[in-house]
Amino acid sequence: MLLNCPLPLATTDRVLLGHGSGGKLSAELMRDIFLPALSNPILARLDDQAQLEIGGLRLAFTTDSFVVKPLFFPGGDIGSLAVHGTINDLAMAGARPLYLSAAYVIEEGFPLADLRRIADSMGRAAQQAGVSIVTGDTKVVERGAADGLFLNTTGIGLIPASVTISAAAARPGDVILLSGSLGDHGIAIMAAREGLQFDTVLTSDSAALHTLVEAMLAAAPAIRCLRDPTRGGLSSTLNEIAAQSATGMRILETEIPIRDEVRGACEMLGLDPLYVANEGKLVAIVAPEDADAVLAAMRTHPLGRNAARIGAVTQENAGRVVLQTAYGTTRIVDMLAGDQLPRIC
Amino acid sequence: MKHLDEYRDAASVQTLADAIHKATTQPWVLMELCGGQTHTILRCGLDSLLPAHLEIVHGPGCPVCVTALETVEKALAIASLPNVIFASYGDMLRVPGIHTDLLSLRARGADIRIVYSPQDAVRLAQANPDREVVFFAIGFETTAPAHALAVQQAHALALTNFSLLVSHVLVPPAMRAILGSPQNRVQGFIAPGHVCAITGYEPYEDLARRHHVPIVVGGFEPVDLLEAILLLVQQLESGRAEVENPYARVVSREGNRHARRATELVFETTHRKWRGIGELPDSGLCLRPQYAQFDAEQRFALAHIQADEPPECISAQVLQGLKKPTDCSAFGTRCQPESPLGAPMVSNEGACSAYYRYRRQGVESA
Repeated sequence: MLLNCPLPLATTDRVLLGHGSGGKLSAELMRDIFLPALSNPILARLDDQAQLEIGGLRLAFTTDSFVVKPLFFPGGDIGSLAVHGTINDLAMAGARPLYLSAAYVIEEGFPLADLRRIADSMGRAAQQAGVSIVTGDTKVVERGAADGLFLNTTGIGLIPASVTISAAAARPGDVILLSGSLGDHGIAIMAAREGLQFDTVLTSDSAALHTLVEAMLAAAPAIRCLRDPTRGGLSSTLNEIAAQSATGMRILETEIPIRDEVRGACEMLGLDPLYVANEGKLVAIVAPEDADAVLAAMRTHPLGRNAARIGAVTQENAGRVVLQTAYGTTRIVDMLAGDQLPRIC
Repeated sequence: MKHLDEYRDAASVQTLADAIHKATTQPWVLMELCGGQTHTILRCGLDSLLPAHLEIVHGPGCPVCVTALETVEKALAIASLPNVIFASYGDMLRVPGIHTDLLSLRARGADIRIVYSPQDAVRLAQANPDREVVFFAIGFETTAPAHALAVQQAHALALTNFSLLVSHVLVPPAMRAILGSPQNRVQGFIAPGHVCAITGYEPYEDLARRHHVPIVVGGFEPVDLLEAILLLVQQLESGRAEVENPYARVVSREGNRHARRATELVFETTHRKWRGIGELPDSGLCLRPQYAQFDAEQRFALAHIQADEPPECISAQVLQGLKKPTDCSAFGTRCQPESPLGAPMVSNEGACSAYYRYRRQGVESA
């Protein structure tokens, strides 16, 4: 036999951190455990939110848990992040977010002053976004059973009748738009966690994107796909759309906006900004005839000032994302297996 | 970004690629010796800018990949012990041992921490005086000085709960082994820029002379690598075999004296097993006898742990540049980053991982 390497470790009998990374391992959990156990056609669409029809109304319904460390970071905290994250999952269906719930899991000994700060921040973020947090839950667990505080938010919103957005709707020839620079949130968190210092303070991009989406839909109601590239970054988002739409994605390295500070930090840490998380950015796939209007609408909104046309949907390479480098060469942009691991040198 | 953008400039890359095409009149095989260079070449698609008969093969330059299965087994044995905090660079965690890897051990409750620097491990030892902190000291000449400083620091602090599992490897002995192999195809080397920043390029002069092989120090950006390739082709085409250093902004002939001194004070050369290649004489570093109290192998009595990769494993041939990752029948099917058969598929810097991430069959490049 030609190949006799160490035994493959494909099957693990335990949950690894990588199962929560939003990459291939997360997709495996979904495919092998949750989908078979919970099977129904609404869940099977695997969008960022469920889309429900009740009494003639189209509702978007979503939930998200937040375990960010540190709890407070430049540009936000776990409270505002939990509001923005769930609003954005609703907004990615073109929905107008209406109501949120908040569930706190708090570790025994957690400072009340910090809890108050987080709750205040949550209230402010909801108010600014025009949503109400109308129900909630609090659980306290023993010291050591949670890392300070975990937070879950669930949200519902109304989808306008004219809008049908799905990650399965991309077609060859469509244009890929990105609302701004990549990696700001993930690198701000990592810098805060690792005590990295830069000339300027890196700030998370955490923001509620529903008014940006509203402006985009006003410019072109037939937007095909919307996704916010959170965990797993732009790469995971485009790979998911490519898989669900059975199309290829071709993006241009030179057109993808990335801040110098983020590029610098990624260089130092050996990370690829295409895989770093964002909390205030969206990817839109639009028909070529709508691209200019949507891009113009994005650029007039404060959260889309640096929006860019970063590539196109292709017939070839179905299910794959291909990047054209600054040198005219190409490479695959794959979904990560698990988390990006900092490299040795 | 200043100091980076000029070495990624598309026009400079095109000019260099054109010059390489002009200079190349016959087939040549070049090897780069650092995993960081492998990834730049694949990520930027530099090989597709080169003449078809100028072949770039990827050497044993990924420290994670060349770490022997036996050493991984020792790491797993230590990390499984109840009172141990095992500290490692991140990309070592997914490397498969015989039955498991460090990430899976961590999921089972082992205290395994990712650190960015050996000083973090020293701090862990200070903060946890009632626990044993073991740092996985892998890498080439590049990481050795920082590891040496950590040992000196632990010595000065009189720490009794800090030790290193040392698996340092050295570049020139690996090059000698490749050149001495009857199957060798490599005609010129891109020397690893970061290693040379520490050691200087002087140690390569003897190799170039003895084996009549051109060696050019390469950086890690596209312009750096294409410059090195151009100089190698020019040497080969004119029959020269010298050491050249276009990476002078980082590398000098004598290297970093302070870093070398730190390494020499704490470490000495030893025989070392390389994954797939086997034991090479004087190809590694181990702690000097006066620092033996920091040697995890002695502290945890690990000498009985022995493991050999099967000699027919293709990762050996990949690490010696004899085969490309895509020549392996398991590539991309049975062997993938989430279920790796061998280390070169795991590490960020591994050749198989680079091919898997950036280049797979069926993807049209036009």
